[in-house]
Amino acid sequence: MSEQQQQSLEKASTLEPTPSLAKVPEQRPEPGERLLEVTGLRKYFPINGGFIFQRRVGDVRAVDGVDFHIDKGEALGMVGESGCGKSTTGRLVTRLLEPTDGKVVYAGQDITHADRKQLAPIRSEIQMIFQDPYASLNPRQTVGTIISGPMEVNHLNPPGGREKRVRELLEIVGLNPEHYNRFPHEFSGGQRQRIGVARALALNPKLIVADEPVSALDVSIQAQVVNLLQQVQQELGIAFLFIAHDLAIVRHFSQRVAVMYLGKIVEVGDRDSIYNKPRHPYTHALLSAAPEADPDDDGRERIRLAGDVPSPINPPSGCRFRTRCWKAQDLCASEEPPLIQLGGSKDGHLTACHFPEEPTVAARDEDIVLDPALAAIEEAADKTL
Amino acid sequence: MTTLTKPDTSSAPQDPAGDAPFLSVRDLYVRFATEDGTVKAVDGLSFDLERGETLGIVGESGSGKSVTNLAILGLHNPRNTTITGEILLDGQELTGASQRTLERLRGNKMAMIFQDSLTALSPYYTVGRQIAEPFMKHTGASRREARARAIEMLAKVGIPQPQTRVDDYPHQFSGGMRQRAMIALALVCDPALLIADEPTTALDVTVQAQVLDLLKDLQQETGTAIILITHDLGVIANTADKVVVMYAGRAVERGTTREILKEPQHPYAWGLLGSIPRLTASVDVPLAPIPGSPPSLLNPPSGCPFHTRCAFTATVGGDRCSTERPQLPDGRGSACHLTAEQKRDIFIEQIQPRLR
Repeated sequence: MSEQQQQSLEKASTLEPTPSLAKVPEQRPEPGERLLEVTGLRKYFPINGGFIFQRRVGDVRAVDGVDFHIDKGEALGMVGESGCGKSTTGRLVTRLLEPTDGKVVYAGQDITHADRKQLAPIRSEIQMIFQDPYASLNPRQTVGTIISGPMEVNHLNPPGGREKRVRELLEIVGLNPEHYNRFPHEFSGGQRQRIGVARALALNPKLIVADEPVSALDVSIQAQVVNLLQQVQQELGIAFLFIAHDLAIVRHFSQRVAVMYLGKIVEVGDRDSIYNKPRHPYTHALLSAAPEADPDDDGRERIRLAGDVPSPINPPSGCRFRTRCWKAQDLCASEEPPLIQLGGSKDGHLTACHFPEEPTVAARDEDIVLDPALAAIEEAADKTL
Repeated sequence: MTTLTKPDTSSAPQDPAGDAPFLSVRDLYVRFATEDGTVKAVDGLSFDLERGETLGIVGESGSGKSVTNLAILGLHNPRNTTITGEILLDGQELTGASQRTLERLRGNKMAMIFQDSLTALSPYYTVGRQIAEPFMKHTGASRREARARAIEMLAKVGIPQPQTRVDDYPHQFSGGMRQRAMIALALVCDPALLIADEPTTALDVTVQAQVLDLLKDLQQETGTAIILITHDLGVIANTADKVVVMYAGRAVERGTTREILKEPQHPYAWGLLGSIPRLTASVDVPLAPIPGSPPSLLNPPSGCPFHTRCAFTATVGGDRCSTERPQLPDGRGSACHLTAEQKRDIFIEQIQPRLR
């Protein structure tokens, strides 16, 4: 028997059946213990060009020097606009992609360039929930096969058999255990996402990377899945890397939040610190742009950026946000700001900016409108008033 | 750069009553014949819209919000679609109007912005040509005039270097710029009615804020009436004047934006508001989702379509919710069997504390 099989058999015997969420697993993680440590993480996707002889003509710098950590049982939210590298970061952490540079340390073990064999035991502890509940479930397999798949791969035989465990998992995620023999097409989007959650829980993971887990769902269904994930996170003590573009959902779900822009983390800190006392201009702009279902939210500052996010093939020098920033100066182009704790910020609140903003989101005396079309129309309207 | 002119109201056919709304939809029914049966996509919808006003239509996927607007524009497939009811645009009846009539109105008096700009724009023609085409068709302008107009419109919506970008193809634009180009295309003939179907859903938040503000500012300049279809109550809060909440093909609540967001009356609207996390709310309170999922429109529930997911059917008592269809009153109101006092009490005691 190989070492790996032995290891997994050992795990099988210690596998705790969790019939309902009310029963908390015995070893609840100690808070403050590092589970995942990422330093200087980079992923460049090569662009090949040239006729006949393909040469490397450039790189898409999807992730370009990212440092963060996740403690045991903690949820780290990762927000940013499309193309900022948040999904790539998730795939690097789960090692679905191999980093170009940097280091990923999971529970004290360097897995940056680990091979399939070395990764096998770790992969059962890091699970993933995908965005599209229609594409991430095999249409030709029954729910039972899908959820027991991870156990089969890892040769796990939970007490009472895999089927019993699958039925328990279905109950945990709020589905009827009788659905064991149904196929994915018989379920709605929200129910499919629950199947995805059950599959991720099948191996009692310590870390779940959730890549936009609710953005494909309807509003009323989103709330159901967010509540389920929150229950899983709090009651089973599973750490989360929660990747999403919706700022309000990230705030609701995560204890700490990292804001990404063009392959870099520009600001990271406690939830309250990021949402109430942001320092980076980009965080200010993001928060100000988030639509709030409240007709009386005039108390918030109004910042309207110009244009879109630049291409990660040829990112701006120095600070990457400088091309859209209203505070940019020469220094921003020549020197990249380090991700450090600024004076006046809370412990653990790191910001990468040379000229940080005031730590408040209250309305300013004058709105910041950088968009030329908007500025022109509004100026004309002001004149006629 | 010339400014957009106000739509010429004097040439419009005057309604004999004089004060009839600019767009009036009455008892609209849209049905699709499919292999599995008849889909009742829109089931008795009525609303009014005045010039210069923005109406938000909110609902989940499959609630019939997009179908309503395809029916207004006459863009449905006539072979399997039955439309009954009344759509009056400036006194002109649109249901049953000939394709020729609709063609003369589309892109001219009424225009549409689609959600996915990459599929809505043709990849084969330059952006400038696509903007110029409706202008040439409807105003009889020459190629050169239309091109100048396209450049003007691109500048208006904030495309940098419009003189050169006018000859670009859609794939050379970024997502936000394509959406701006589509706004330029929709506004090129100064339409009096603009239908925006999830115009910012595919965009990033910072770009969404730019595009929504741009729409709002352009509306103030031109006096266009806008129907904004969205599932995002945040988008509604910032842009719409009035809101219609749709569920399973029916309007379940109607009111001003403030009324809908601050004093909603229908249990579905309560559910929607309880489902969205807010930037300022307490994070320790779990969200209050609506149980279950939206019904199939092939076989919608009897009576009130929401009764299968509603927590207050017992308060109404009996089987009224599952047998009798509640009517939506004209003006402010909701289609629900709860009495006005019950709605107010439930909202104040159970719903409002959860929203803050």
